[in-house]
Amino acid sequence: MKIEMRTEQFQSPSLLGNLLRKLHIDIPLFLSLILICALSFVILYSAGGQNEALLIRHASRTGLAIAVMIVLAHVNPRRFQAFSVAFFSLCVLLLLAVAVMGQISMGAQRWLDLGIFRFQPSEFTKIAAPMMVAWYLSEHSLPPKPKHVMAAGILLLIPVLLIAKQPDLGTSLLVASSGAAVLFFAGLSWWFMIGIAAILAASTPVLWHFLREYQRNRVLTFINPEADPMGTGYHIIQSKIAIGSGGINGKGWLGSTQSKLDFLPESSTDFIFAVFAEEFGLFGCLGLLFLYLLVISRCFYIAVQSQDTYCRLLAGSLAFTFFVYVFVNIGMVIGILPVVGVPLPLVSYGGTSMVTLMAGFGILMSIHTHRKLLPI
Amino acid sequence: MDRQFAIKDSLAENRIFLSRVVAAFLLILLLIAGLIVRLIYLQVVGHEHYATLSKDNRIKISPLPPTRGIIYDRRGRMLAENVPTYSLELIPEQIKDMDGTLAKLQNLLAIPDEKIEQFQKQRKRNKAFTTTPLLQNLSDEEVAKFAVVRPYFPGVDVYARLVRHYPYGELAAHVVGYVGRINEQELKTLPTAEYRGTDIIGKNGIEKSYEAQLLGTAGYEEIETNAQARAVNTVATVEPIAGSNIYLTLDIDLQKIAYDALGEYNGAAVAIDIKTGGVLAFASRPGFDPNPFVTGISNKEYKALRDSPDQPLYNRALRGLYPPGSTVKPFVALAGLEYGVIDFGHRLFCPGYYQLPNVKHKYRDWKKGGHGMVDMNDAITQSCDVYFYDLALALGIDRLSDFMHRFGFGEKSGIDLVGEVSGLMPTKDWKRSHRNRAWYPGETLITGIGQGYTQVTPLQLARATAILANYGKVITPHLVQEIITPDFATPPDLLPETKIPLKKQYVDNIIFAMTNVVHGNRGTAGRLSKNINYQIAGKTGTAQVFTVKQEEKYNEDAIDFKMRDHALFIAFAPVHDPKIAVAIVAEHGGHGGSIAAPMAGEIINAYLNPQKEAPHED
Repeated sequence: MKIEMRTEQFQSPSLLGNLLRKLHIDIPLFLSLILICALSFVILYSAGGQNEALLIRHASRTGLAIAVMIVLAHVNPRRFQAFSVAFFSLCVLLLLAVAVMGQISMGAQRWLDLGIFRFQPSEFTKIAAPMMVAWYLSEHSLPPKPKHVMAAGILLLIPVLLIAKQPDLGTSLLVASSGAAVLFFAGLSWWFMIGIAAILAASTPVLWHFLREYQRNRVLTFINPEADPMGTGYHIIQSKIAIGSGGINGKGWLGSTQSKLDFLPESSTDFIFAVFAEEFGLFGCLGLLFLYLLVISRCFYIAVQSQDTYCRLLAGSLAFTFFVYVFVNIGMVIGILPVVGVPLPLVSYGGTSMVTLMAGFGILMSIHTHRKLLPI
Repeated sequence: MDRQFAIKDSLAENRIFLSRVVAAFLLILLLIAGLIVRLIYLQVVGHEHYATLSKDNRIKISPLPPTRGIIYDRRGRMLAENVPTYSLELIPEQIKDMDGTLAKLQNLLAIPDEKIEQFQKQRKRNKAFTTTPLLQNLSDEEVAKFAVVRPYFPGVDVYARLVRHYPYGELAAHVVGYVGRINEQELKTLPTAEYRGTDIIGKNGIEKSYEAQLLGTAGYEEIETNAQARAVNTVATVEPIAGSNIYLTLDIDLQKIAYDALGEYNGAAVAIDIKTGGVLAFASRPGFDPNPFVTGISNKEYKALRDSPDQPLYNRALRGLYPPGSTVKPFVALAGLEYGVIDFGHRLFCPGYYQLPNVKHKYRDWKKGGHGMVDMNDAITQSCDVYFYDLALALGIDRLSDFMHRFGFGEKSGIDLVGEVSGLMPTKDWKRSHRNRAWYPGETLITGIGQGYTQVTPLQLARATAILANYGKVITPHLVQEIITPDFATPPDLLPETKIPLKKQYVDNIIFAMTNVVHGNRGTAGRLSKNINYQIAGKTGTAQVFTVKQEEKYNEDAIDFKMRDHALFIAFAPVHDPKIAVAIVAEHGGHGGSIAAPMAGEIINAYLNPQKEAPHED
């Protein structure tokens, strides 16, 4: 079956196909992404109060992100593999730098100001961490032996803890999950996973102790949002009102009263899904989820099609992490997960996350378009 | 895995990876299904609930209170108007530190403690998101003072409001009444929908009896608000409908003359248009300034009014109960004629006292030594008591009382003011049921001269006079001439006119005698006939405030002013084409003829010979 497919691709090198192959762009993935990005403009126009300047800034960031994607798609995955360790080390160093600067400025510090532009090293870590773990595991035989799992785990914990200390719980969890996804795809034993899950559950009270006040509040609020309707529960209550009032068909584009009248906070960024649900209703939500599923499916297809362990693990992790993004954001907005600051991938306004995501898709395209075309 | 396979096994790795991808994909599908279930729960199952919450979130209903109707006198002078004033108002919901804010405002604008107390009371009644006034009638200076610091006082603002104002003050207070803040008791019974946005209500007088017409209909605005409760835009507006304007039959010029005519005496003067029953003047002295009541009178001011021995808040014209004294005599005489007990020429010797058979007690005439031989004309003209003792006895209390009731004695007149009292015209039954005693013949005698149990209001006296002048046509006194709604004008509902069947000749006889009271040689109000070009029919009355013991002499100068008799006078004019009926009660005035009659004369003269009208600027 697989051989047949490959032969088929090999046998029909149309002119367009050839061109795209040269551009290293995967058409199904590219089209799905463009569709989501287009949708993002539509909804941002409404959520941002029809602010054209906001759209222009969003457009420039989207443009940059797509450019980054295309550039990375041209890089041979071998190079990613070769640079994994260096990239990861750089990220850890930058995170340390941020931590030190945070110590100096006595407060939450996520940004690194390089004079010309500021960026969050934690964003790059979202890619660097799975790259590192994939590299490390692919150096050994799979499924990973316990000592390798332990080693990978420790490697992963360094950036995760650094980011959690910033404090940016959302990102640190995403980084952790991206690394864990690599271990999962590498064939980590089910028993091991159950064990870890049990340990985590048992250590919840200890973790609680390490959470900051506002993080605890978020969790408490998630459990009972009505307890403090004007305070921390406000986001969730207003967001549920927005989504629920949208109904099956929605209030129509630009018809969102919850965000237009400022009842819904963060309506252009973390809570944009609520605006979308209010305006486009259940049908709109199903459509958007379908688009996301399309992207995820294609990414998994690419992972399955990839030809070496490193690529497979990295592609699988990137695909899964993308889903985690979607799930954590929507889950938070519809009130089934605590509020953590995770944007809705490709739709929320906000530059760095868009670039990181597109960089990941660039790597996926690179993996897919740099395959050797002969069956092994 | 065995050691020898520890070297890379691509196929095995591939297989594991594939199974893991399938597992991951299934997990993803499961989680997405979970999201969808939750979305369906919110958007389908809970849609209605959340849609309501969303609408509640953004739509606020803001009432638009109607403008209260204006009250005019018969010639269009404003008796109650709406004047724009500045008022400092607070929205409690938007104020975090209420005590601190009040303290700061008090310091800034020198607000008396009492206003703060009033505000605190008022605040409890109002909804937290509506404004509650703290200080009203702000001066320009105070407005400017607050304007400077306004940004530091969120939830506090100066509003331009229409405030009820009574330009004639005490002059018309007992007629027009006043409005005041809705109190807790009223709040319980009021239809809340109609009083949305309105916090005042008629408390007294026309303001109270015509509350429904004056109020108007509240409108409202549906306002879309944002999360900070700021109005973003108006979704829908239902305009309020202003209250109806009311024209009174009252003539404020005549009212002033009546009020001034009472002079230093407490008492009442009522003038009625004989043809229509429209009240032309309705003075109760002393009056009071109704304006402080509108914005909330201070306790001190209110106590001073309430506890004043002159009782300025007491509407004497409407509720004052006085013995009618001799003013009942024309009616008693008419009863005698109608029942055929005596005729107009019937004569009787008055020795200055009257005695019941076999009773030692002497019922005295006011004139020591008596009037000598008198007929009915003389008895009315000179107000001979003995003649009426005899007549009353002949009539009997029940016939007398029944006849008097038809003229409105002991009955409410039906005037369109709240709080009217019915007075008392006694019967045997009444005494048995209320006093648990039998009726004594002596009580019939004194009822015949308007003493004893009989109690009337000045309004009843004026009405009875008008009915007499009308030859029995019963009129309903009323104050409202026209109610002007925004669309059309309606006259107020009046009771159907009735007529007491009276023989014209008898009424002519009585009117002849009453005319002689003023114009006859020995009339008790003779001085009234000077300098007038028309004829007045009248009757004096002097009502005893306390009873003089047998053998004691009533010495006017020797007794305390508060014990002096009330002076009464009833009259109508012109005799041959009656236009105006007047009743005067001057408390402790002493003599009806010398004190009360000239007061009535002034009112009648002003009405029949109006001065060249000075131009009014309203």
